[in-house]
Amino acid sequence: MRILVLIKQVPDTDRVKIDPSTGTMIREGLDVVINPLDLHALELAIQLKESHRAYITVLSMGPMSTEIVLRDALALGADRAILLSDPSFAGSDTWATSYTLCRAIEKLKIEYDLVICGEKATDGETGQVGVELGVLLNIPVLTYVSKFLSSDGECIVVQRATEDAYETWKVKLPALIAVLRSVSEPRLPTLSGKKGALSKRIEIYTAKDLEIPSDQTGLKGSPTRVVKVYNTKLSRNCKVYAGKELNEGIKKVVEILKDYKGSVVR
Amino acid sequence: MIGVINDRLDRNALELLSKANQMAQKINTQVALFLITDRSPETDLASDYADITVLLLSEIFERFSLYPFLVNLEAVVLKYKPDILLAPATTFGRTIMPALAAKLRTGLTADCTDLDVDTDGNLLQTRPAIGGNVMATIITPNHRPQMATVRPKSFSIESLKKKGKIRVEKPIFVQDNCELIGIEKRETTSKIEEAQVVISVGKGLRRKENTQIAERLAKILNGAVGATRAVVDVKWFSHDHQVGLSGKTVKPKVYIAAGISGAVQHIAGMQTSEIVIAINKDRYAPIFKVADIGLVSDAYSTLEQIAKLLEDEKDE
Repeated sequence: MRILVLIKQVPDTDRVKIDPSTGTMIREGLDVVINPLDLHALELAIQLKESHRAYITVLSMGPMSTEIVLRDALALGADRAILLSDPSFAGSDTWATSYTLCRAIEKLKIEYDLVICGEKATDGETGQVGVELGVLLNIPVLTYVSKFLSSDGECIVVQRATEDAYETWKVKLPALIAVLRSVSEPRLPTLSGKKGALSKRIEIYTAKDLEIPSDQTGLKGSPTRVVKVYNTKLSRNCKVYAGKELNEGIKKVVEILKDYKGSVVR
Repeated sequence: MIGVINDRLDRNALELLSKANQMAQKINTQVALFLITDRSPETDLASDYADITVLLLSEIFERFSLYPFLVNLEAVVLKYKPDILLAPATTFGRTIMPALAAKLRTGLTADCTDLDVDTDGNLLQTRPAIGGNVMATIITPNHRPQMATVRPKSFSIESLKKKGKIRVEKPIFVQDNCELIGIEKRETTSKIEEAQVVISVGKGLRRKENTQIAERLAKILNGAVGATRAVVDVKWFSHDHQVGLSGKTVKPKVYIAAGISGAVQHIAGMQTSEIVIAINKDRYAPIFKVADIGLVSDAYSTLEQIAKLLEDEKDE
């Protein structure tokens, strides 16, 4: 089976610091990591490689620093790594990103039976690129995949989690699945894996290589525009109760809460 | 025309229709409900909220499957040509909308928490960005329809009495490319988005056993228990309970943050709560900045005290 895993590089938001004067995220000096949800997609691919013999291609679009995370993917068990990097790709929204990925897959004739992506990225949090790409590639798409049940090389069977049910779906390959965390438990890279990844080549392609016109990608090719970014009114006037005043505070809280006691519908 | 897409006439649809009507009045346009479902809807309710209800009714729409839904919705969207198209940010909306956006070659903003229109008819799509501590407003200037998915509970349901029309459209039958071979109804144990009181716990509870006090308090108040990502990661709670950017957004009457320091990602999921009560040992924890009442104390023993006092209260 040929598996294509979509990877995004994201800032390591666990260690995010906030600039107190502007209230925005300080991105400088932040490490880049594989989007944590993509690790579950990659792990599923590696498990399929172990059980079914698969060839794993990882594909990403981003600045040159994305090479670091693609090298991590190779260290974990990916066979081929492709990076789409070009200044003209910068500022792509979900439509422009999906279009660029689709063009690259077609132009580079990347072969796949199964495309796996994470539910969403932890920075943009849109979760739209996977679905849009699947539609542009004209293949079946299953989202919110919570479990991978089986594969016979022709079809796969997966479980999908919706608000009210777990559904079991069978789909003929090629297909795209967007997976939830529960689909796998990501492993850590081994030392030999890391060493092996050092000598592997990461293929890098530009807009010119892919023959993508500059008005179809990046900011220019994006239907959406950010027009305003502003701080939320985060702060409230907090009345703090500490030390001797604590009991007074607790009383106050109980006073508020007692209205909800045993209430079913209010 | 402002269109709302959903697979049932539920509170998510009514929230969006309420907001759509406010916006439609501003730019003097109509509101359409695109309803794709297997159940005959309450048409009176639909016509109260939409000028036109476009109904796609068939048993093939019993469970959502992308391909047949996409073919049918694309056809009605092309026929009715809405300028704006909204859907709830549910597993349904978050799957059908990107697919439609790809087909229609237009922009889509995910998970908006606020919407408005300007006098030029631009849909102002506002959502939390960069870790949730800033809001970004996004427009789709040159492509139509302008599309957005919207977090449930972002808008309140208004009482409307329009006298809209119902248009029944003939479904297009296509051979599905996916096959549903099993279905197991899911217990909805956690009703965290619906609860009036949410008691969320973080690492400050110290041990998993200690979180029982939050469950006890939730029982007394008929509320729900929320959790930070940190305690979901160590499996004190399932992901269903997670509040924050990669979990759920809640907007209860009262939100209690117990033993939670207040990472921006967590704050993004609870900051619109009406009253926020924070309990933390660290007087300088960021959670106090977004709280109305702060108790500087141990989360476990304080929750226990509160629970005891509430239990001792005489029932009215």
